[in-house]
Amino acid sequence: MELQAVLMAAGGGSRMTDLTYNTPKPMLPVGNKPLMWYPLNLLERVGFEEVIVITTKEVQKMMATDPKMKIDVKMKLDVVCIQEDGDMGTADALRHIQQKIKTDVLVVSCDLITDVALHEVVDLFRAHNATLAMLMSNAHEFTETVPGQKGKKKTAEQRDFVGVDQSGKRLLFMANEADLEDGLSIRKSIMRKHPRMHIKTGLVDAHLYCLKKAVVDFLADNKSISSIRGELVPYLVRKQFSKTTNSPKIKDDAENQNQKTNDNFTYSNQRDNTILQPQQYEPLLQLAQERSCWNDHRGDMSEAYHGGKLRCYVHIIDQGLCCRVNTLAAYIEANRLAPKLFEEPAVHPSAVISERCQMGSDSIIGALCQVADKTSIKRSTLGNSTTVKEKVKVTNSIIMHGVTIEEGCNIQGSVICSNAVIGRGADLKYCLVGNGQRIEPEGEVHSHKHTK
Amino acid sequence: MADSGVTDEPGTKDDVHRAKTEGKELSKEEKQRLRKEKKQQKKNKEKKDEKASHESEKKKNKEEKPVSAAAPASQPPTQPSTQKAVPAPAPVPVPVSETPALADKPAKTKADLKAERRARQEAERASKQAATSKPKAPPNELQPVVKRLPEHVQVDNPGVLKKLAKKLERQQTPGCNAATNAKIPLRLDYGYKVSLFSHLHQYSRKAPLTQQLSIPSTVIHPAIVRLGLQYSQGIVAGSNARSVALLHAFKQVIRDYTTPPNEELSRDLVNKLKPYISFLSQCRPLSASMGNAIKYIKKEISNIPSQCKEEEAKRKLLSCIDCYIDEKIILAAKAIAKSSIEKISNGDVILVYGCSSLVNHILCEAFEKNIKFRVIVVDSRPRLEGREALRRLVQRGISCTYVLISAVSYILPEVSKVFLGAHALLANGYVMSRVGTSQIALVAKAFNVPVLVCCETYKFCERVQTDSFVSNELDDPDDLIVTRKGKTQLEHWQDVPSLGLLNLVYDVTPPDFVDLVITDLGMIPCTSVPVVLRVKNVDQ
Repeated sequence: MELQAVLMAAGGGSRMTDLTYNTPKPMLPVGNKPLMWYPLNLLERVGFEEVIVITTKEVQKMMATDPKMKIDVKMKLDVVCIQEDGDMGTADALRHIQQKIKTDVLVVSCDLITDVALHEVVDLFRAHNATLAMLMSNAHEFTETVPGQKGKKKTAEQRDFVGVDQSGKRLLFMANEADLEDGLSIRKSIMRKHPRMHIKTGLVDAHLYCLKKAVVDFLADNKSISSIRGELVPYLVRKQFSKTTNSPKIKDDAENQNQKTNDNFTYSNQRDNTILQPQQYEPLLQLAQERSCWNDHRGDMSEAYHGGKLRCYVHIIDQGLCCRVNTLAAYIEANRLAPKLFEEPAVHPSAVISERCQMGSDSIIGALCQVADKTSIKRSTLGNSTTVKEKVKVTNSIIMHGVTIEEGCNIQGSVICSNAVIGRGADLKYCLVGNGQRIEPEGEVHSHKHTK
Repeated sequence: MADSGVTDEPGTKDDVHRAKTEGKELSKEEKQRLRKEKKQQKKNKEKKDEKASHESEKKKNKEEKPVSAAAPASQPPTQPSTQKAVPAPAPVPVPVSETPALADKPAKTKADLKAERRARQEAERASKQAATSKPKAPPNELQPVVKRLPEHVQVDNPGVLKKLAKKLERQQTPGCNAATNAKIPLRLDYGYKVSLFSHLHQYSRKAPLTQQLSIPSTVIHPAIVRLGLQYSQGIVAGSNARSVALLHAFKQVIRDYTTPPNEELSRDLVNKLKPYISFLSQCRPLSASMGNAIKYIKKEISNIPSQCKEEEAKRKLLSCIDCYIDEKIILAAKAIAKSSIEKISNGDVILVYGCSSLVNHILCEAFEKNIKFRVIVVDSRPRLEGREALRRLVQRGISCTYVLISAVSYILPEVSKVFLGAHALLANGYVMSRVGTSQIALVAKAFNVPVLVCCETYKFCERVQTDSFVSNELDDPDDLIVTRKGKTQLEHWQDVPSLGLLNLVYDVTPPDFVDLVITDLGMIPCTSVPVVLRVKNVDQ
């Protein structure tokens, strides 16, 4: 077996609590499909037959009852439940299932919606015998107004600095703005080996990683690493260039980028050299590489890969869809883009739509909906079992399951969560209505988050 | 001609052979008898006269194990010559054969019976073929054994392409689900091919074969997928490196192999390897050295006795592979280095082309022995492999000069010897090597500089080629596109209808330009390659 797929679906959705306080993030409907259906569909299309899903009990229950998951997902899902309240990071979760991992592993996050050709990432992993291969994309600016935000809010997201080499494939440097205090410091050894480095800041990490099995074993020994993205990946990227000879001096001053977690790496330096370096190259592979007239760089006297055994690669996509649904803005964007990935009929066959309804072509109506006369639904998503009464205007909105919208409402640019009831004649602009909430009739709500 | 010489061995051997091999080789008397009978048949059948004789001639030639290059035009003259020659030794073998015959009456009668059976079979065959009466070209232009052109040089023939696609479909790995219907994908050609080379495949590096495979590759062993990727991206390049990597991947395949029930390892494993080899040849056409290595492995696998246990068989195969690499590559390199060092003297200026692992090895060894020489590295686009050779030599401390191939005639007056590596040595003495080698050999000949080719014997192949068109490899044409000062002139070459980019990989150098071939069997002239091949075949 070549690769095992692991889907991380235990995340809490900490950056969109308004949506996730009732529905766990993996089951949030995007284009009327649960969010975790998208990465599972990607894995299935590519040819995986089994996936290990790490999730919480609640999500597991919801998965069992969701029709989409039961029918459409043909792969064998091996669900591993972890405690919801426990502070388990992604690396902790990998450590938890270490016994199940027998080969190299492909870790996917449940909130990734993409149509990337996965073989590009895996080919990098295979061809260069890499330890880590990941996927990143050139981010787009979100153009839609996010409900519940007054005025234009600048995304004060912490930027990621990613350094790649001349070819754009080899990952040389990765740090988050939060960890860099005075400035970007790059070790001389890296500059000597790769004199031309491109540093990019606008990239979005897709949280899709191909990891060698040795890394999972390494995690099992180093219990301090708890997040793949936050700690493991920067560690591996740094480790590419560390000296293989172990010096008793544990703290490397030039490595002081992760101030907070520096202490945690100190003890592991001694043992990880043996674990992370893949077991000495088979002599035949070594012979083949010696005899091969290929080098990945030119201009200096060193052999291919500078003799380094640990290599990290990244595949950066410019075109195509790749978005991570971890904020409200991303969620809205995804709802608009995701349906374009598949050629499914916009209107579910079981929905009851009256003829006098004006429906735009880019709207999606879920199963068992009831849409009455004289309604206008444009650029919106209607969840399953929603009822829309007469003379309702829904524009640019996301309506989840089981919502009732009474007559004469005007909903614009809003997100209405499951089982909400919008009273008669209500006028909602750029609002977020939480689960099971009621909006009073004739209410006028503007840019407000109406949650509990 | 050489063959008739072989068959003109003394008759005693023939008798012995006859008894042993059940008449595979006819003795002189039997041949005479057959010829007489055929002549009678000719006279009897008037209408089917020509065809019958043609069939019989061809059959006779088949029985005599014809050399592929020998034209049948030469056969009729040799037949009368053998006929003339036979009466001369005939009196000698005839009494010799008669005496054992007289002593051993059943032997003689057996011979008689066999001869009669033979005659009958041939008569039947002749009549059958005459009955079907396929129109055939006059026999003088037909080869006795029609060798089929390999598929990879018939790309412009749609019938062949269809056959190839079907073959890939059939070559599903045994034991895969019928439901998944996994098969080896077909890699499509890319871009406009120059018409002279339209019979060859031309693939794009940006469209790897893995696009059409499932990601956790179940159809093809992951080691083979990785190898195919490394071939197509050029990470493993160079004849020796490719063979070693191939054998390494096969070792992994063998290690992970389990014999399915009711199957024999010797047959099933060979069948399992076939789709892998098709896959690899689509990623990059196989080299001659790889072909020989595969032949060796297949032979070893089929020679495993059926009562051998699986573990033991696997261990045996793995050690065979290690042995092969040790002998044919590592020790051969040592032997070649030893012989070559005798040819390098103090004060030499040696010219090398591209990056040949063997030549680099030789030069490094010579440097270790403290011979004072300097090297001129000649390089060519688009591969620019000379840079890698330059790096390796300079790292050792050898003083080098670097030129491009366009400067070869300017630099040759300084050169005392030319060392070239080879991708394969063909049966007619031609050297197949990186494109540009024949140019260097030509210019060196013009300047009277000795050209030495270093090649291990496992790269010798039985193919015959006199030009570089018939069988070659076309690399990705986009490699020729280069960006200088921000401008990429050839970026839209596909839009220009009259423009074609050609990126050849190999060319053949005639033996007239090569002065010596240094192999692990010694230093031989180029024309002795068929002898080496024959010796190898006899050994096996």
